[in-house]
Amino acid sequence: MKKHVKTRTYLRRRLAVFLMLAGILVVISIIAPLLCPNDPYSTSAADMNRAPCAQFPFGTDRYGRCICSRVLMGSRASIYSAVALVALTFIAGTVLGVLAGWYGGFLDSLIMRLADVMLAFPQMVLAIAVAGILGGGLGNAMLAMGITGWTLYARLARAQVLALKEEPYVHAARLSGCSAWAIMTKTLLPNILGPLLVTAATQIGVMMIGIAGLSFLGIGVTEPQAEWGSMINTSRAYLQLAPWAVLAPAVATIITVMIFNYLGDCVRDMLDVGVEQ
Amino acid sequence: MAKYIVKRLIHLIGIMIAVSFLTFLLMYLSPGDAAAKKLNAQGVAVSEEIIEKTRESMGLNRPFLVQYGDWALHALQGDLGESYKDGFPVAGKLVKGLRYTAILALTSMALALVVALPLSILTALKKDTLLDDITRLFSFIGNSLPNFLISVLLMYFLCVRAHLLPLVANESIKGLLMPCLALSIPICGRFIRQFRAEFLEQLGKPYVSGAMLRGVKRRYVLKNVLHNSSISILTIVGLSIGTLFGGSVVIETIFRWPGLGKLAMDAITNRDYPVIQGFVLFTSTVYVVINLLIDICYSWVDPRLRKKEGDS
Repeated sequence: MKKHVKTRTYLRRRLAVFLMLAGILVVISIIAPLLCPNDPYSTSAADMNRAPCAQFPFGTDRYGRCICSRVLMGSRASIYSAVALVALTFIAGTVLGVLAGWYGGFLDSLIMRLADVMLAFPQMVLAIAVAGILGGGLGNAMLAMGITGWTLYARLARAQVLALKEEPYVHAARLSGCSAWAIMTKTLLPNILGPLLVTAATQIGVMMIGIAGLSFLGIGVTEPQAEWGSMINTSRAYLQLAPWAVLAPAVATIITVMIFNYLGDCVRDMLDVGVEQ
Repeated sequence: MAKYIVKRLIHLIGIMIAVSFLTFLLMYLSPGDAAAKKLNAQGVAVSEEIIEKTRESMGLNRPFLVQYGDWALHALQGDLGESYKDGFPVAGKLVKGLRYTAILALTSMALALVVALPLSILTALKKDTLLDDITRLFSFIGNSLPNFLISVLLMYFLCVRAHLLPLVANESIKGLLMPCLALSIPICGRFIRQFRAEFLEQLGKPYVSGAMLRGVKRRYVLKNVLHNSSISILTIVGLSIGTLFGGSVVIETIFRWPGLGKLAMDAITNRDYPVIQGFVLFTSTVYVVINLLIDICYSWVDPRLRKKEGDS
């Protein structure tokens, strides 16, 4: 307790810093085509495995493609897909969880048993099998990760709804003639959103690692499309000749995952303090 | 207690039926015709007539539920079908791979626990000291590193630059060190974070301050804390088995270690569906059974649970 006492201001400042860093990453991925020093897809036999130089800041890979441009373009696949995937699983899981918690009975058993079954598979094992069977592609990789991803939100949302269902204000809303839809969206949802958002924030990094892992195995984003996992995989055979072709996307992955993970931690700490007060 | 175990076993059977059904459905829905896939995997020239014959011999013209029932009954007897690629039984391949994956996974788990347990106790006791800050930083970094990245970086620094370790894994300590490090570093990072949070929660409870005030020796208090944290720790360890299986696919492919993960990845490359099916079913079963055993352990660790479940 000597150094940084975690005050709200401190936490808020930390959150702001990491939101900004994450924002910068997202902006970079949006304007990536403008930042590329070279065409990320043009190959050149004369420039194979070139060391970093003025023309190619991070060197070139075995096809003579500019690594720097490919890392920049690769940020799109990694950041977009992770954020989109978290958003989709968050929405699907929350809707199912709220419905299960509110209506109970058969619907509840159906949704929750399905979640139980999904959780019986180790997440990456199922993802690898699904992506492997469906073949490569970003869409299939996202589907493979999302198939188990929604259960987190569904269980959490259901537990929260069950806890709040008998609160006086929910009864009041019901007695005043609100429809079930209105109670679920206007009364319950705002009250259960906090923990769900925290889960979503911490999941961005997890999904990023998952999709990069699938791409690394060759069953996610595939060549020639630029993606960090697949770049690391295809360049690792040339580790001795052109280490920069592996190190540049590796460093990009580490920095991005760390920033999003730290952002998740900040959001969680923020909410913990909010609950205590 | 016995009642509880029976209840959990019935639940487990239900889950496993659903798991096997989904696993079968996944292959059933996979794009392309199974007979054509089998012939392609074997490199047979495909004609309409041969495909029809193969379909008949594989029983693919039967209704879906009959096919599932047949497959599930065979699976129950340990017969997971034959590999499309070489015709060997899938179960035999899995058992062979299991030995290697078990070596890798158990060593990695042991490594992660040996590092994480003492460090998390120490940092929970010495909260907000330099040691705590450094450990937290490293566990955060470890938790953020995908294991394929660790493997490739270790390969670069330890093999390519320093020539210290072999690139392909083997059963010596040197040969196992890199794959185990790559598999255990992310898990270890997560363990330290979660264990530390659990120990901190226990240390903040009234029974700890009460015992300390009464002058109970620190190590006895610590013993109680450890005992009370053990349920959470067991749960965290049980859930990480799934991560271990997923990670083993990546690590074994990179280091050419002939375990379950490499078997599965080769099967995906060869479109060898029965092997993929067997792998998913097998790892899920192991995962679910281990977590059931851990659940049963709870009541052994915590006598209160034993009583409650006996009543219900």
